This record gives sequence, C-alpha cells and structure tokens, in this order.
Amino acid sequence: MPAIEILGLQKTYAVGFWRKKPKIALKPLQLQVEDGEVFGFLGPNGAGKTTTLKLLMGLVFPTGGTARILGQDWRQPEVKSQIGFLPEQPYFYDYLTARELLEYYAQLSGVPAKERARKISEMLERVGLSGSANTQLRKFSKGMLQRAGIAQAILHDPKVVFLDEPMSGLDPMGRREVRDLIEQLKREGKTVFFSTHILSDAEALCDRVAIIHQGELRGVGAVADLTSSVHGKVELVWQGKRIPTSLKTLGADCHLSGDTVLAVLPEENQEAALEALRREGIRLISLVPVRTSLEDYFVAQLKPVPASAGATA
Amino acid sequence: MSARIVHIAANTFREAVRDRVLYNLIAFAVLMSGAAILVGQISIDIERLVVVNLGLTAVSLFGMVIAIFIGIGLVSKEIEKRTLYTVLSRPVRRWEFIVGKFLGLAGTLVVNAFFMAIGVFAALLYVSHSFQATDGWVLVALYFIVLQFFIITALALLFSSFSSPLMAAVFAFALFVIGSFAEDLRGFAALTHGLTRWLATGAAYLVPNFSALNVISSVAHEQPVSGHLIILNTAYALVYTTMAISGAVLIFERRNLK
Repeated sequence: MPAIEILGLQKTYAVGFWRKKPKIALKPLQLQVEDGEVFGFLGPNGAGKTTTLKLLMGLVFPTGGTARILGQDWRQPEVKSQIGFLPEQPYFYDYLTARELLEYYAQLSGVPAKERARKISEMLERVGLSGSANTQLRKFSKGMLQRAGIAQAILHDPKVVFLDEPMSGLDPMGRREVRDLIEQLKREGKTVFFSTHILSDAEALCDRVAIIHQGELRGVGAVADLTSSVHGKVELVWQGKRIPTSLKTLGADCHLSGDTVLAVLPEENQEAALEALRREGIRLISLVPVRTSLEDYFVAQLKPVPASAGATA
Repeated sequence: MSARIVHIAANTFREAVRDRVLYNLIAFAVLMSGAAILVGQISIDIERLVVVNLGLTAVSLFGMVIAIFIGIGLVSKEIEKRTLYTVLSRPVRRWEFIVGKFLGLAGTLVVNAFFMAIGVFAALLYVSHSFQATDGWVLVALYFIVLQFFIITALALLFSSFSSPLMAAVFAFALFVIGSFAEDLRGFAALTHGLTRWLATGAAYLVPNFSALNVISSVAHEQPVSGHLIILNTAYALVYTTMAISGAVLIFERRNLK
C-alpha cells in the first residue's frame, strides 16, 4: 500500500478585491509515494510545493481532487495522528520552553501521559537540545528552532513525516544535522516527504523525486534513473597541458585547468581519441560516460511545456 | 470535553500569564488602595458607594480591555505566526481549537476578576471596617461582569476569525460601547416608526445587551438584584456567547490558511 496517494488535488485561489480572478496555485496533481521512501518534492520558489503540503495537512481546502495517506482519507483525525509535519521556517510559541513545547504537542497528538516525559527527553537528546530543554524558544537560534521543529514533527512516532524546506536558511552544520536526521528516519522505516529547492540535498537523500513548476508536475522518478541517462558522450581527463590536435577533428571539446585537461567527445570517437592520446604518450586519469545531473534534469523540466491538464506519476 | 480542548485552553492561559497580562492586577491594586485611602479621608457616609462604583467599574474596564486586545489576536496571531500549522496538522479539529482558545482566555479573565474581586472587598473592608449582608450583591455584579467578559471574548474571537486584528479590535470595541447603551437603543426603537423602527429594533437586539448586565450602580446603592434577572442574564450570556463562538467556528471551518 502506498504511504501517500495524491489523486488529482488542485487549488485555485480567487485574487483581487473587486473583480476577482482565478489564480492557479496547483494544477491537478497525481503522485504516489511508497511506504518507507524518502521522497523529494522539488521546485523553484512559488512552484506549488507549500500549497501541496498545506492541502495534505488540511490547512487549505482543495478546489478538486482527493488524497489518501496510509490508505485512508487524508482528512481523517486517525490519519493525522500518524503523520508529522514541519512547516517552512517554523515559528513556535516562543513563551514556551523546548520541553513545554514538546509536552503540548505530545498532548495534542494523543501520546499517553505516562510515556510523555520519557519520549520528550529522548527526543530532546536526539535533536541535540537536551542542554536547552528548559530555555524559552524566544532565545533559540534559527538552527535550534529547526531542530525543535523536527522534534515536534517526529515526537509521536509518526509513520509519515512531511517536511517543508527543512534545510532552508540553515548553515552547513545545521543542514548536515537535518540530513542526518532524515537518514535516521529512513533507517527506521518512516516515509519522508520533503520539499526543497536545494538539489544537492535531494540528490543525497531521496529515493525518488518529483519536480513541480508553476503548479504543474513536470517529472518524477528515482534519483538514480534521472541522473543516469547517458548523453552519448564521454569525458576524458588526463594529466598535462598538451592537447593532441587530432582530438579537435574527433569533435572533442577540451578545457585546460591547471595541469589537467578535460575533454568531452562523442562516445563513437572514444577509441580513436584513446589511440591519439597513446600516440602522444599522454597518461589518462579517467574516462567516464557523461551523465545527467539532477540539476540538469531539474533545469530541463522547468522549460516551458505545451499546456496540459496536469501530469501523472 | 475533549482533552485537546483542555490542552489548548491551558496553553492559551499560560500564554496570557507569560505575556504578563496579570500584571494589570498591580495597577488595579494600586488604584483600589489609593481610592480606599482617599475616599476614607474625603467622603462622609458614601465611602462604600464610591468604592463599589469605582472598584466594579475598574474590574469591568480592565477585563474588557484584556478580553478585546487578547481576544482579537487569538486566531489571527496564530495564523500570522503560523503556529496554527503544527496544531491543525495534528488530530485537532478546527472547532476544538476555537473552543479551546475561548476557554483559555475566559479562564484568564475569571482568574483576573477573582483577584480583582479580592481587591474590591479588601477596599470595602478598609472603608466600612466590616462586611454587610448587602455586600453579597457585589458578588452578583461581579458575576454579571464576568458574563460580559464571556460575550466580548466570544465576539472578539468571532471577528478575529475573519478580519485583521485592527478591524477586529474596532468591531469589538464598537460593540462594547453600543452594547453598553443597548437599553437606550431599544427605547429609541420604540419611539420610531416604519422601516426605521424595524432597523433600530433589529440593531438593538443584535448588539449584546451589556446595559442589562450592568448592575454596578444599583448594588453600590445597596439595592438587591432579583433572582429572575440573574437567571435571565445567565441564559442570555450563554446563548449570545454560544452563538458568537458558533459563528467563529463556521467561518474558521471554511477558512484557507494561506
């Protein structure tokens, strides 16, 4: 059973004061996330990522479509007790201490009273906030707030965790900590659905990604598949500054960088190029097929496409 | 009652306490102490009247200011700061959130009124040197003031569920002022004719009747309050408050949290 099934969810807002005009925030979206997957929801700012998450959390109401989480209607309270949510740039009740905040959310999530104290202490330890457990959140840094946010999202041991831009605004250490936490969640078998526009994070963490742009799903697939499509070109790297003239005739695009030359040429000319290098006595460092990076794929998906009613995955 | 409502109410109460809302009690204590000492020196035979009038009016005004200025932010502040997102993504129904917020602020106002009531009675004891049987009516007046708090809190919550804090404050304060003259508005309606009469009568019954809930002057003059009025005022406040909260729930249930 898929952990998340989005079945044509769409959202249109009416904007303007007098003569209201429809503004499409999300075109009908079909998406399926399998149990135990780490799924990246990628898109530039304003693409519709947060709208999708708000729809799934019941914070905004869809214009059409439906969704199922863990096989049940996504609006059921029973479903909500099995999901965790971290909003983008979270802001919490800053008059509470970290421990009080988690106590409050544990109460609302229905964590039994006798388990609360233990779970809260464990969670504070896990996100590295046990030393600040009794400090009011108004004294927390952004990174600490993000960690408190993740703690509240997973405190009640949810099966599915939704994270909206969890690395946004964090320093490299903070991003690393959040990445480690997501990896831990994956090892625990949780389904993680997170939105981001930081592609390196998605590439490092996700089993599959979807790309959304202008409220429309543009592509979806396993990271390994999306980044393994070969362009029919190879990349040669060798030590030195010499570039055999014959390589030019083989269609090679050569770049000299310090003491290293990088050449990209058609795959069918690979053997001829190797022979040319051998003749010149040049020592090859590497020969690899040129592959699409997630960034290449992402940029390609953002290009305009003919109008359609939506994409499916 | 749902445990979630209790938790939301408790958190709302805690927020008010941590935001130093109860510090108004210090100002109130200073006011009552000063009034009691001053009245004891300059008034002859009307010390009790002045203390009851001043004390109960202060309880009402302090509470109303708190009810309006906290009430208008109960929902809008949570939306603006996005604290609501992590609450509503849990198994919390929107109506539970509204009712919890109302009970939290209502509880804060009751606690506030309780300590102020102690201040009023302490001032009464200071000027009269002993309590009288008619002082019991002061408790009834305090009870009516608390009923007014419930109504204005529910109205502030209602306005907060669909408008900005500034507009909600304007609406709530306007209704407090108009409601304080509700009996006059009804009197005016009775004097008019035709469409004006319909409109004036409708408006008179739509606004909260705070004048019926204001017995400060009569208890200051040691006049009793009828049991009939206590029952009617209680029923009126409960119905009005329930309707305002129901309105807030109906609006909030359909609201997109953009």
